[in-house]
Amino acid sequence: MAMDTPPRWDRRMQQRLARGEAAALGELYDRFAALVHSLAHRVLDDDDAADQITREVFGYIWENPDAYDPKQGNLRSWVAKLTQRQAVHRLRQAETTAYAETGRGSAEELEQKVRRASVAARADYIVTSMPTPLRAALELAYFQRRDYRQTAADLGVTEDEARRRLRLGLQLLSSANRPFSEGGGPPGYGRAR
Amino acid sequence: MTRANGDDGDDVARAPWIPGPRRAADDHADLTADPGGAPEEEKPGAEPEPDVPVLTHGVLKSLLGAWALSACSAGETQAVEDHLTACAPCADEALRLRDAVALLHEDRDLDLDPLLRSRVLENCLGRRPARIPVPEWVTPYDAETARLDALLRDIGESEWHAPVRLKWYEEGRIVRRKATVAGVMGHLLAVDGLVSAALGLEDPLGAGTPELSPSERTEALWSGLDRPPNRSIRGPWRDQSHTLIRTVSFAGRGVADLTVTYKDFALPLRDSLLERAFECWVHADDIANAVAYPYAAPSGAHLHSMIDLAARLLPGALANRRRTGLASPARRLVAAGAPGRSLHLEVEGAGGGHWYIALDSPAALGSPEQVVAQVAMDGVEFCQLVAGHISPEEAAAGQDGDREAIRDVLSAAASLSRL
Repeated sequence: MAMDTPPRWDRRMQQRLARGEAAALGELYDRFAALVHSLAHRVLDDDDAADQITREVFGYIWENPDAYDPKQGNLRSWVAKLTQRQAVHRLRQAETTAYAETGRGSAEELEQKVRRASVAARADYIVTSMPTPLRAALELAYFQRRDYRQTAADLGVTEDEARRRLRLGLQLLSSANRPFSEGGGPPGYGRAR
Repeated sequence: MTRANGDDGDDVARAPWIPGPRRAADDHADLTADPGGAPEEEKPGAEPEPDVPVLTHGVLKSLLGAWALSACSAGETQAVEDHLTACAPCADEALRLRDAVALLHEDRDLDLDPLLRSRVLENCLGRRPARIPVPEWVTPYDAETARLDALLRDIGESEWHAPVRLKWYEEGRIVRRKATVAGVMGHLLAVDGLVSAALGLEDPLGAGTPELSPSERTEALWSGLDRPPNRSIRGPWRDQSHTLIRTVSFAGRGVADLTVTYKDFALPLRDSLLERAFECWVHADDIANAVAYPYAAPSGAHLHSMIDLAARLLPGALANRRRTGLASPARRLVAAGAPGRSLHLEVEGAGGGHWYIALDSPAALGSPEQVVAQVAMDGVEFCQLVAGHISPEEAAAGQDGDREAIRDVLSAAASLSRL
C-alpha cells in the first residue's frame, strides 16, 4: 500500500528524477497517476480536464524534482497538494471565464464551488492515505452497509475496536473541511498498522 | 427521529437538535423514485419502539462514528440521539462526523486511460529530455507491465484466487492448465526472471538456479511455494520489471544484443524483452477475462513490433518442425541470404503490415518476388494464434496459394506458444 512508502523511496525517487532517469519517471507515474487523476477529476468533474492536469503535474515534477522537500512530508502528499492546487486553479479559471461570458452566477457562488471542490478532493486524499484498518472499517460500514457489530465480525476485531475505527476514520475525514495540513499526520493514531 | 417525544419540557438547556444520519439503505432510494413520497413518515407501529439501553458517556462517545454511519442498533441510535440533546461536545462531534460521511464516495480510478501513460511521459520528456532514457526497444515491455500492474491494483483480494485457464498449442492441439490470477503472476515472475538472470540481477528462483526452460522455471516457482500464491506476488513481480527496465536503461547500447537463453532456444535481449511484453499482454488478457475486466490490445506500434518478432521467428520454427517431421520437406534450397520461396503474411488492423516468411530455410531471405502463398489476418487474431489461444484450423485467415505452405506456417505460428 502507498501508506507504507518509506521516506527512503521518496528521497531516492527525487534523486533519480533529478538525474534525468526516464525509468524513474515511469515508476513515479505508476505509483501516483491514479491518485493525481482521481483528485483532479474530483475537482473538475471532467475526464479531459483531469488528463490535462495529470500531464501538467507530472510535467512539473519532472522539470522541478528539487521543488519537493522531504522534510515537509512525504512525496505522496506533496503530489496531492500540487494536483489540488493545479486543479483548483483551473476550476477557478474556467468558472471565471464562464461567469464573464454568461454573467450568470456570482463571485460568491464561484468561491463556494471552488471550496466545495477542494474539500471533496482533500476528503478523497484522506481516504486513500488513511491507515488500512480504518479505511476497511469505513468501507464495510458505509459501502457494504454493515452495522458496527458485523463490521467487527468481518474484520475479526472487538466491537469496541470497530466503533473506535469508525469514529477515528470519520474524524480524519472531517479534517478535509480544513485546508491541506502540512505533513498530514492524523492526531491520535500512532502507527499505520 | 420522527418520534414524538413526550418530555421535551426544557428546550432551553438543549443542544441544537441534530437530524439523524441517513437511514439505512437510503443510498438506493433515488433509484426507485419512491412513489409513496415521504419515507420519513412511518406508520405508527411499523417499527416497534426500540429498547433504549443505558450507556455510559464513554460508550456513547465511542458510538458517534457508528451512529453517523447508521451502523448502530435502533436502541443505540436512540440512546445516542437522546444523549446529543444533553451533551454539547458530543453534539459538536456528531455534527462534524455526520458531515464527514457526506464526503465519502465510491472510488473511480478504474477509468484511468491506459494510453494516458505514454502521453504523459512523452509530454514530460518533451519538456526536459531524459539524460538516461529508456531505450526504444524496451518501451513495449515498460508499457505492458504498467498496464497489467494497473489492472492488478484494481482487483480485489478474492479475485487473486479466481481461476484462470492457461492455454497453449502443443503437439498439434491446444492444451490447457488450471491456474489462478496469482499463479499466473508467479509464472510471469518466474520467466521474467530468466532475463534478470541473464543481466546478472537477482533470480526470483534463487541464486544458483540451473538453466531451465520457461515451463520448468514456472513449475519450480509454483512448487516452491508453501501455500497458494496470493496478491503478495504483485510486489516482487513489479519490482523485478522496474529493475529490469532501469538496468537496461543504464547499460548502454551493446546490451540489446546480449544473449538470453531459454534452455531450448535463445534470443537477443531486445527480442527477449519484446517476447516478455507479448507474454505480459497475453496473460494480462487471461487475467482480465478471469475477473471480467475489459482489457485492450497494445498500442499499434507495440503490436507491430510483437508481430514482427513472431514473423522473424517463423522460419526457424518451420525448420524445427521439419526436422521432427511435423512440416513438409523443403522444396527448393537456396544459398544463405538469397531470396527463397516465401509466404506473404498480411496483417490487418492496428500494428499490421506485410511480412514475407522464408519457407524452406531460416537462412533464406523472405521475398515478395518468390511468394507462393498468401495469408491475411487481423493483428490480434494473429497474436492469439501465436499465443496458442486458437488453433491453426480455427484461425480466421484469408488464404490464397500453396495450401501446404499455409498450413505449415500457421502451425509453426501456433508452435511458438508454450506455458
